[in-house]
Amino acid sequence: MIIGTWNAPARSGKSSDELLVSFAQSREARILVLPAWFDEANRLRRFTMEVMRRLDAAGIDCFMPDLPGCNESLLPLRHQTIDGWRDAAQAAAQQLGATHVLAMRAAALIAPAHLPGWHYAPETGARQLKLMMRAHTIAQREKGIHQTTGTLQVNGRTKGAILAGWEIGPVMFNDLENAQSPAASDRQRAIPADALGASPLWLRAEPSHDPAQADTLAALVREGIIAT
Amino acid sequence: MSSNLITQESTAPKSGDHVTSDAMSALEIDLKLKAIIADVLGIAPEDTAEYTPETGLFGHLPELDSMAVAGLLTEIEDRLGIVIEDDDIDGEMLETYGGLLAFAQAKMTGV
Repeated sequence: MIIGTWNAPARSGKSSDELLVSFAQSREARILVLPAWFDEANRLRRFTMEVMRRLDAAGIDCFMPDLPGCNESLLPLRHQTIDGWRDAAQAAAQQLGATHVLAMRAAALIAPAHLPGWHYAPETGARQLKLMMRAHTIAQREKGIHQTTGTLQVNGRTKGAILAGWEIGPVMFNDLENAQSPAASDRQRAIPADALGASPLWLRAEPSHDPAQADTLAALVREGIIAT
Repeated sequence: MSSNLITQESTAPKSGDHVTSDAMSALEIDLKLKAIIADVLGIAPEDTAEYTPETGLFGHLPELDSMAVAGLLTEIEDRLGIVIEDDDIDGEMLETYGGLLAFAQAKMTGV
């Protein structure tokens, strides 16, 4: 495993160097792994890495780039948009010579359409946003502050919002509300959470690991590559 | 387990014809809810099987932070086929298992 960087484009024109985790040995199959978003990125990071380790062991190169504003990025999350992330995913696919894509959860929304691949438990932007707003209002109530999701929505659309610690800019807020998960096509297939045979790990309060689920997802991806 | 049954029966409608089926559905809701909690939070089903109405949830279980509560409520919506409104969520409903169960039963039976 190598931790390096890749050059992410920005709509403003100024690109940024972002973290890149690679398992690369110039092998034929090269998977672009797009991590889950926001809180789920943390909860699924280990799981995603474990899937990559298994793919590597199965003779498949894989790459997980940080998107601008995410994980170790120096760019502020509040300036990021779904279109910007889609551009970044496209650029990463080109720079890394990806032959396939594996998108985790809401990242299915930005999977480069030209690549064959998989969406693990794809999620719509609206549901992702609802979950974060709900977590936020629950945490606020713990502090004795009563805030409805209706108020959050109205403010979020114009000013953005900090939801459960994640700073969502107004453009991203609107993007998420309107983002539908892409339909699984012949090129990209959805793997629902229950296909892995156990409770999904993004629901856990702490980042967790389940070797059996990582085995199953890696096996489904590997079988898919062999079949193409 | 028996204490839960007593609680559920007390919420069953008065009509004798319906007591059996509604008591059954109350039990089903109880079992489903415990299964969802076990599944979502990664808690052993043997542990959730022993939950009583007094068992503490939010603020008591380390597995339940605000994001996990949000995930749990979303899963409850999906798996029990109910819609949880923003204003439905209050401290009482989340504090104990009994509160959450009473909420789910009320949503599902319209009581």
